[in-house]
Amino acid sequence: MTELIFFTNQVVISGLVLGCIYALGAIGITLVFGILRFAHFAHSELMTGGAFIAFLLASLFAAWGIVTPIPTGFVVLPIAMVLAAILALGIDKGFYAPLRKRGAKPVTLLIASIGVTLMIQGLIRLFFGAGSYSFFETEPKEVFRMDMTSIGSTRPLVITEPQVLMIVVTLVSVLALHFFLTRSRLGKAMRAMADNADLAQVSGINTALVVRVTWIIAGALGCMAGTMLALDVTLKPDLAFNIILPIFAAAIVGGLGQAYGAIAGGLLIGFAETLAVFNWTMLLRPLNAILPDWMQLPPTLALVPTEYKLTVAFVILVVTLLVRPTGIFKGASS
Amino acid sequence: MIQRSLTLFGGLFVLILLMGWVMGAPFTSSRLVEAAAYALIALGLNIQWGYGGLFNFGIMGFLMVGGAAVTFISYPVNPVFWGSEGPAMLGRALLAFAGGALIVLAARKADRIGITGKWKAALTVLAWFVAYVLYRSQLDPAAAYIESAAGGGWVGGLGGHPILGWVFGGILAAGIAYVVGKICLGLRTDYLAIATIGISEIIRALIKNMDWLTRGTLTVSPIPWPTPLPQDFQAGGMNIATSLLAARAGYLLLALVVLGVVLWLISRAYAGPWGRMMRAIRDNHIAATSMGKNVTARQLEIFVFGSVLMGIGGAMLVSFVQIFDPSSYQPINHTFLIWVMVIVGGAGNNWGALFGAVLLWLIWVVSEPLSKAVFEFVSTWSTQFGWGAIPEIEARSAQMRVFVLGLVITIALRFAPKGLIPEVVKRES
Repeated sequence: MTELIFFTNQVVISGLVLGCIYALGAIGITLVFGILRFAHFAHSELMTGGAFIAFLLASLFAAWGIVTPIPTGFVVLPIAMVLAAILALGIDKGFYAPLRKRGAKPVTLLIASIGVTLMIQGLIRLFFGAGSYSFFETEPKEVFRMDMTSIGSTRPLVITEPQVLMIVVTLVSVLALHFFLTRSRLGKAMRAMADNADLAQVSGINTALVVRVTWIIAGALGCMAGTMLALDVTLKPDLAFNIILPIFAAAIVGGLGQAYGAIAGGLLIGFAETLAVFNWTMLLRPLNAILPDWMQLPPTLALVPTEYKLTVAFVILVVTLLVRPTGIFKGASS
Repeated sequence: MIQRSLTLFGGLFVLILLMGWVMGAPFTSSRLVEAAAYALIALGLNIQWGYGGLFNFGIMGFLMVGGAAVTFISYPVNPVFWGSEGPAMLGRALLAFAGGALIVLAARKADRIGITGKWKAALTVLAWFVAYVLYRSQLDPAAAYIESAAGGGWVGGLGGHPILGWVFGGILAAGIAYVVGKICLGLRTDYLAIATIGISEIIRALIKNMDWLTRGTLTVSPIPWPTPLPQDFQAGGMNIATSLLAARAGYLLLALVVLGVVLWLISRAYAGPWGRMMRAIRDNHIAATSMGKNVTARQLEIFVFGSVLMGIGGAMLVSFVQIFDPSSYQPINHTFLIWVMVIVGGAGNNWGALFGAVLLWLIWVVSEPLSKAVFEFVSTWSTQFGWGAIPEIEARSAQMRVFVLGLVITIALRFAPKGLIPEVVKRES
């Protein structure tokens, strides 16, 4: 049983955590693509910027002496999400809306989003330096170690408090998004516009409002993903810049423009990354007792070495683009 | 139009003179050599994006390939490796690679013996897996052996002339571009951008981690120059400052000759029927197809040509700085910077790309000392007011150039979307 618990710790929990973060990031990218038809690279900066906003708020709370039962990062999350949504609206107003008004091609918007990425990246580094920060400088990071000796395991099941909260929060926000998209008038308008923007406009849908709501959702979910990633690891200026491609991979694998596809794609990429670098010998070690001598398992038996972890997402991305460019959920075609 | 270009180039010349006066001749001469290499890379992107409308965001990968190629060709031979069992083991790994490729090819032809549909797909996946395991089973021990002391640490170089290395960089980049283009060129623009970024990240991960081939993060130096080094001039009795200038002038001259030849060739190609066909494909590929042009093949052609220039440019940069450090390659410095150069300069116009490359490279290198000066000025001012000084000026000003780059591109897209020296569209009147 020790092996199974080890597998749970190494693959199930970390894959789920990574998958949740990818999924939340990919929802924003996929919604922006569905409504505005361009690949929004600056989403990584919405994530990092949101995380830094949450960090500043958490530091403020700590300075005021407010002590919370759960990590402060989660308490300030709603406020940070509102601020990040305002930031996203401001970016759209300042940089993308003028280009859209001029009738620029999606390609131009893509390049503009890279410019925005560079600017925000530069500003964050200007104010916070290149170092890394932790949400848990003033409070302890609680780690739950569940004793598993009752089922014959010598290892405990390890999960940290932020990880539990992260999975719960992701689940709640995904459900909320689902009900918003399927039940509310605005959500239905969004889906209609993603299907056919011209038809939606002719049928009297307020497209400008839909665009604003899209940015609000993208900014808020991006902030949530960034903050939770920073809570799980550390906060640094290139926090999300490094994982924007796996997130794009998740959005494309799920089918661009499909919110549910983004969730599926995020979880798929998250689990694929952790499974690919997992050392299978740790799980299959009991087999050594039955296997003959010449077939003993080598000490490391991983599909790819750990240093290639990020490339797993790109390989999946390229294979998806070749084999099924529309993604799992039949998104926009290539 | 001509007048505008001349004014802009004149302004650039004045800027270079000013820079030489403020920052000193040795600094400016180095930056000029780098600017020439970046101009070559920008011309490569201008072919792909300006002529052909291809969205290549994997420039970093091609620059790394060029750098690795020139390192391999021009670095001195490593006798320990060639005397060990390493070459034989690598040969076996190569055989395993070829065997794996054969297995995959055979699986793809499985429909000839009646295996079709889902079974063929399953067989292909299985074949890929078997090929991968076969290759890894031979490569991993070879890599571990070469990286040990007995294998010499790494493969080493071939001791060839650096110019051969540049040529090899171009050839290697062409080969990789052919494979990448075959895979990705059918995709729509934004998908192509993401796919090429992904591939350049894969190339970076490979070059960074294949310590046996490239020495990875341990870095390789010194890589020889194609022209005499400053040390050679000093041996002839020249003083240090003059020898630096003389050596860099030699390198710059060589780079300018390469740049001039390339510029002449691609300008002729642009004006000829081939260039007209490429622009027709860029502007309306459906119409071009209906005129009987093989759009996919032509796009592959232009993707390969552009990548060759990127490979050569990447090799020139590595030769010049004499060190190949895979961890110094960043998408911001080596992909986005080139894009900003081409867009600000003027996509589709070679002189525009050239102008953009030199201007942006100068802005990129100057923005750090400039923002440092500004910060120091503000810092003394705020100290006088009693607000305290700005902390960590050095580290902060190093980050300013990323912000400046973003600012330049957003301003350019807003106010000069066609670039400073835009493409001239000729019309029969």
